Amino acid sequence: MDSSEIQKLANLAMIEIDDSQVSEVAARISDVLALVDQLQAADTDNVTPMAHPLDTVQRLRSDEVNEPNRREAFQAIAPESENGLYLVPKVIDAG
Amino acid sequence: MHRQSISELAQSLRDKKFSSVELTQHYLDRIKRIDPQLNSYVTVTEEIALAQAKIADERLASGDSNPLCGIPIAHKDIFCTEGVRTSCGSKMLDNFVPPYNATVVENYLDAGAVMLGKVNMDEFAMGSSNETSYYGPVKNPWDTRCVPGGSSGGSAASVAAMLAAGATATDTGGSIRQPASHCGLTGIKPTYGRASRYGMIAFASSLDQAGVLTRSAKDAAIMMNSLISFDQKDSTSVDVAKEDYLQNLETSVEGITIGVPKEYFGDGLKIETAALVQEAIDQYEKMGAKIKEISLPHSSLAVPAYYVIAPAECSANLSRFDGVRYGYRCENPKDLEDLYKRSRGEAFGEEVKRRILVGTYALSAGYFDAYYNKAQQVRRLIKQDFDEAFKDVDVIMGPTCTSPAFKFDSKGSDPVAMYLEDIYTIATNLAGLPGLSIPCGLVDNKPVGLQIIGPAFAEGKLLNIAHQFQLATDFHTLTAPDLD
Repeated sequence: MDSSEIQKLANLAMIEIDDSQVSEVAARISDVLALVDQLQAADTDNVTPMAHPLDTVQRLRSDEVNEPNRREAFQAIAPESENGLYLVPKVIDAG
Repeated sequence: MHRQSISELAQSLRDKKFSSVELTQHYLDRIKRIDPQLNSYVTVTEEIALAQAKIADERLASGDSNPLCGIPIAHKDIFCTEGVRTSCGSKMLDNFVPPYNATVVENYLDAGAVMLGKVNMDEFAMGSSNETSYYGPVKNPWDTRCVPGGSSGGSAASVAAMLAAGATATDTGGSIRQPASHCGLTGIKPTYGRASRYGMIAFASSLDQAGVLTRSAKDAAIMMNSLISFDQKDSTSVDVAKEDYLQNLETSVEGITIGVPKEYFGDGLKIETAALVQEAIDQYEKMGAKIKEISLPHSSLAVPAYYVIAPAECSANLSRFDGVRYGYRCENPKDLEDLYKRSRGEAFGEEVKRRILVGTYALSAGYFDAYYNKAQQVRRLIKQDFDEAFKDVDVIMGPTCTSPAFKFDSKGSDPVAMYLEDIYTIATNLAGLPGLSIPCGLVDNKPVGLQIIGPAFAEGKLLNIAHQFQLATDFHTLTAPDLD
């Protein structure tokens, strides 16, 4: 894992990593990947991947509104909101 | 009064030896006096606790029969509590006050239990030593130079130091059992889907499970009776009939078959730990259990599979922390991307960022099959090992950890050294099985845990088997040195 690969990953994960820390992060992630590479030795031919420990499927419910609208309570804890909207820096330039 | 078990406290409250308000005040005073040495609480909810205790006293006066009514407990700071900051041990949620309660929190409110506060944990439950918390590490009451284990380190330290009668906790790869082992407690992780995950901040959704930490199996059974519920709000909650975990505690272990996996006694296990675990298994044999050596051949692949699956699920779950709707937002973002990147970069700790990056890598185009799919295949092999074993044995026993609690900063910079701390506990999470740890002796005055693993939905059996051991031995009555 080199520095440019780490920056690419950090970009995908939307995490800012300071340039001074990139090589340390790369080294530690390489440690983890060395560990997980042990999996490659396992014989998994014809083994179905297991997504759920009890192999159950998602439960469905009837399509009815069952939760009250609590927009105000949820927006009260937002960093910035106005008139029922969450505020973020301008995304589309007017010009 | 803090030395009494939950069942003794319940009796004392009914005999009017003291009220819940008096008991709660006693615990609050202890927390104030002792916790500065341990750092087990992130938030102490004094006013709420006393108000809940007052209500509990009224319920007790009118004959309430729930053994948790009026009992002061602590909640891991991963469970959302309405109106009370829920930090998950992270700077990201340092300012997060949830507008709702987790189902687990609701269940204890219904039972009449008193919430003393929210206890410390590794950031987003990622860690095995409590050293990754934004609020600083928790110290082990048995030896304050050592870690309490993690991620539920605050839950374990608070109960071990008798700063709460019991505590809720969560276990994604060993986060209940490993701290139980290091702090001399009984800790149980139920079958996946048994306890509701609603309002429990998600780390790895196919592995996360709520459980409890207490000073005995009987106390754990009492706490479990309120923890477990089927919950429509959690889509993976399993609709299996509720059971009374106190009902079968007294059943003898005579005739049960205990499987002892040879892979759990290999290199890396400290000889003193192995000896105590073996003595505990010998004790079961004396009590009439049959012992059978078994093999779980894919055991060595559990840690590698976990460190693909857990980071992959974590990278998806933690994408919700974006600085927009709640939690931390960076100062003066220049555009939306800058807002996302700096909010996440500044508020997540090193270990959390590492796991998000590893998960992002494992799920990225070109690597999905080699990592994520492969890990999910290995996960099935691990599950099949257990299925095979449980054809011949009722439960599996072995060590919870390789050694007793280690000193702070002793794992070095390679994260893998810390990951291997959960070498015996991770496989149960991958297989979704219930697991429990009980104390089975001391090495250098530090506790060692015996792990008991059962088939799905056998938590009642695990508590029964643990309780029978605790009737015959007194390891669970040993307490940490008095810090008062």
